[in-house]
Parts: sequence; structure tokens; C-alpha cells
Amino acid sequence: MEQRPFSDISYEQFLNEEKLMGSKCKACDALFVPPKPICTKCYKSDMEWVEMRGKGKLSAFTCIAIGPPSMIAEGYNRKNPYVSGVVELEEGARVDARIDEVDGNNPESIKVGMPLAVKFLHKEGEEGAKTTLAFKPA
Amino acid sequence: MAKRRKLGRGVAIVGAGMSKFGMFRDRDTKDVFAEAFNEMLASVDKGVDPKEIDALYVGNFTNDFFVHQSHWGPIVSDLIGHVPRPATRTEGACASSALAFREGVFAIASGFYDMVLVGGVEEMSKRTTEEVAEGLALATVPYEGKVGFTFPGVFGAVATAYFAKYGANREHLMDITIKSHNNAPLNPKAQFKLSIRDLMNAKAASLEKKGIPVPEWKDEKDFLRDPKANPVVAWPMHLYDCCPISDGASCMLLVGEDMAKNFTDDPIYVAGIGQGSGRGLHACDDMTYFEATRYAAEEAYGMSGLKPEDIQFSEVHDCFSIAELIHIEDLGFFKPGQGFKAVEEGATRLDGPMPVNTSGGLKCKGHPVGATGISQLYEVWTQLRGKADKRQVPKKDLRIGAAHNLGGTGGTCTFTILERR
Repeated sequence: MEQRPFSDISYEQFLNEEKLMGSKCKACDALFVPPKPICTKCYKSDMEWVEMRGKGKLSAFTCIAIGPPSMIAEGYNRKNPYVSGVVELEEGARVDARIDEVDGNNPESIKVGMPLAVKFLHKEGEEGAKTTLAFKPA
Repeated sequence: MAKRRKLGRGVAIVGAGMSKFGMFRDRDTKDVFAEAFNEMLASVDKGVDPKEIDALYVGNFTNDFFVHQSHWGPIVSDLIGHVPRPATRTEGACASSALAFREGVFAIASGFYDMVLVGGVEEMSKRTTEEVAEGLALATVPYEGKVGFTFPGVFGAVATAYFAKYGANREHLMDITIKSHNNAPLNPKAQFKLSIRDLMNAKAASLEKKGIPVPEWKDEKDFLRDPKANPVVAWPMHLYDCCPISDGASCMLLVGEDMAKNFTDDPIYVAGIGQGSGRGLHACDDMTYFEATRYAAEEAYGMSGLKPEDIQFSEVHDCFSIAELIHIEDLGFFKPGQGFKAVEEGATRLDGPMPVNTSGGLKCKGHPVGATGISQLYEVWTQLRGKADKRQVPKKDLRIGAAHNLGGTGGTCTFTILERR
């Protein structure tokens, strides 16, 4: 049984370990991904960690041509846009994620509703390993 | 459900000012606020002694990032000679000055103060486009920023959800852009004063001059479809779907309703105010509306006793074309999923049944984020007093106008209804 606090820091540690985790309230079954330390449904807040299966479908997306400096540093630009989106998991919760292995220059080929599978993008930064949650076409 | 609320004491607007909006290399935050303040003083019909102002509330989102200076309350206070009386900065991302307005209203309604200056300011043009995108993205929900979402990206994603649910497409967003660009040339303070047709013709002339073959654009939409003329920022948001980077300031003088006639025979009254908070895209129930806007609207309608059909015109927070579409539905002007058809039919044009963003909107008037909320109310105030000149709403007995301001991914939304009696 995982004993880590139900926090964004834990959520990111789990991503580093290639696990997409949420918190579930044992009292009312409400699911929160990313995790919440407070059950905002029943306020009993008797939480436990649950791992998502990593399957879902695309709810919304965008192909970003003008990104922040951190994305430009990764090689993305007007000619090479990256895709970010919102993914509805099989478990019902939605998460923000990069959408990988799709063509940002051809947005018509990316469809709301398309099935996706989780993928973890690892990067070594100055502050150690950092993992970005991503999904790819299933 | 929002509770039914009322003010303990009525509040009136007796003066208002707004700087020109634009990118000003040689002017800073204080310069644009001074411009707005001077216009506000001159606008008070029977005059006002600024020493009578009890308190100042000034909205600013993130000059901390844009010009590396925080703590704008006392800086603006000193600028206008308000020291040592109190000055408070409010922050609600792009809704920062709508919050200043609300604080001012509450301060008077409580009976604590009689006269309050509320304003907003932002200085964005000293940064590169990429840096501004990064600065604005500070107001996304943390999980959004971490996967690369910028604000054009957030609203691009919202657009794909709206398109998928209701069958709208980019062509409908172009109707909004074209409408805003038609209003803006009539607003002397607007940052962009050219219609899309004028822009198209100017672009053609400039290409011709350079000896580059001019594409044959049939009409405005044909121009907007051309990815060279209208490149992608965050698909489906293209350049002409996005508001610009702007500097600017706005302010308003509020007094107790009982004192209003001491300053003008034509005060504008606060009929309803509402504010809501919202979650990020991943956590909201449905990405095709903003729950914070709906809550704010319910609160403002409840307080005023008015209904959406009573609103004669409105400014709404069109940071992106899709945003305008969503707001006109959330505010009840059109049913969910019907807004794009109403826009297509011209309902929101200046001469339509429900004029929206007569100022040119954030898209063309400009969007110095912290100044925007009160600049929207400035437009409503100007229209209600019949002083909007060429962009005056052509309706008889103009009495009720409203403004909607949004911050972040719908994290902070306000709706304010003003009334001329």
C-alpha cells in the first residue's frame, strides 16, 4: 500500500516511475486525477491511491506553433508544432497531457474521440529527472 | 445555485477614463495610468476634488513578470497624489480589474467609504511574444502549463470540444473576428483600427509593391483561410483569432448612490455584480462552457432582477474568438450550441439585436490584461451615456448594458450589469 501524500509532488514522482495515479475516496468512491488530499464530494477524505490503466480517448486538443521558451528549447516551433490535449480516461477522470506520435502540422488527422494509450516522456533537467504525461494513438 | 444578493447601499459611477491601448515602446505603466486618470477627472460633469477619494483599488495581473516590478497599489497611489490613503492591488489574472471594481463596490456598499477609485493597468509590450505567452500561462491551471498548454492552446482545445459537440467550425469563428474588426475602426482608443477587408487590401498592396504574386482572396473569409495571411498560433486558433499584446490602463470613480447627483446629472448605476471561480479543463464537467461565468451571471441577474433578454448590449471577454462564442451562450444571450448560428446571422453586430463588443473587443481594442475589466465597463458607461459616437448602439432608450470579464482557464469570471435610470 502506497503511503505517499496525496499531492502534486507525489503525482509527479509516480509519473517518473511510469505510473499514472489518482486518489480515490474510500467513503464515497470519488476519483481525482491528479490526486486531491480532500474529497470535495463527501469531505470524509479517507483517500487511497489507485493506478489508472492508461487507456482513454481524446476530449480536446490543440497544435501549438508558438510555445513557451521551454518547448522551443525542445525543438518545437512554427514549423514543428507540438500537440497538447485533454484525455478522458476509461476510469472516467480527465487529464491534461501531451499528445505524442500525431502530426501537429496536420490537425485534421487528429480526431476528438480517438482512442489513446499512455506514454511517459522522460527528460533529464538541471533539477533531475522530469516526466511529462503523454498519450499516443492506441 | 447562487444565492440572491443585494448591496447594502447603492453604488454609482460618476467618472471614467481609459488610455489608448497599444504597444508603447516609450511609455510605461505610470504613463498610461496617468492618461486614464486625467480623462476620468475631466469626465466628472460637475467636477471632483481627487483628495476626496477615500481608497484606491487597482487590478494588475503580472507586471511582476512583464516589467519585474510588483506592489503596484502604492506606486499608482503616489502617481495620482493619493498617499497616504489606502491602495490595494487585486489579482485575478485577466479579470484583475473587474475584481478591483467589485472591491470598490463592496467598500461603498458597506458604508465604509463614500468615494473610491478603481482601475487596472498592464505593461506587456517590453517582452517578446514567446515571453508574453509564458507570462500569461502563469495563470493556467498548473497541470495545463506542465504539458505545454499556452492560453491560445487552452482556447484552441476548448474550440475542438465545441466543434465536436455542436458541429461548428472555423468559419463561424471568422464571423466573430470580422465583426470585431468592423467595430474597432469606430473606436479611437482601439489598438487595431482596420477591418479585415482593409487589412486584406493593405496586404495585397504590400505584396504587389514587393513584386510578390498576390493571392486571389475572394472575400474576408478567403483571406482568413490563407495560412500565410493568417498563420496558426495554436490550432484551431490562428493569428486573427487571438487578442494582441497590449499596454494600457483604465479607471472609474465610484460613489454612494445617494451622493451621485453631486457629481453628475447622468450617473450610471451598478444594477448587478457577480463573480465565480472555476477549475481547469481536465476537472470541469464540460469544456464547452465556463461554470464560473454561469455562476457570475446567475448572481448578477439575481441581484438586478433582470434577465438575459433585458441586456441591450454587452462587452464579453473575447481573448480568443471561441471565447466570445462560449460567453454569449453562458450569459444566456443565446442557448448553448446556438451562439455560432446567431453570430452567423449577424445578431451580435453593432446594428444587430444583441450587439457584442462594440468597442472592438479584446481582439481589436487590445488586451492589457489587468486593465481590461474596467475598460469593458468604460465602454458600457460610454454607450449608456450616449457618447460612443460612430459606434453608438443604434437602439432607442438605451438603459441596460453589461460586461463579462474572464481570467485564466475560466478560473475567475465576473459579470457586471450597469443601468442608466
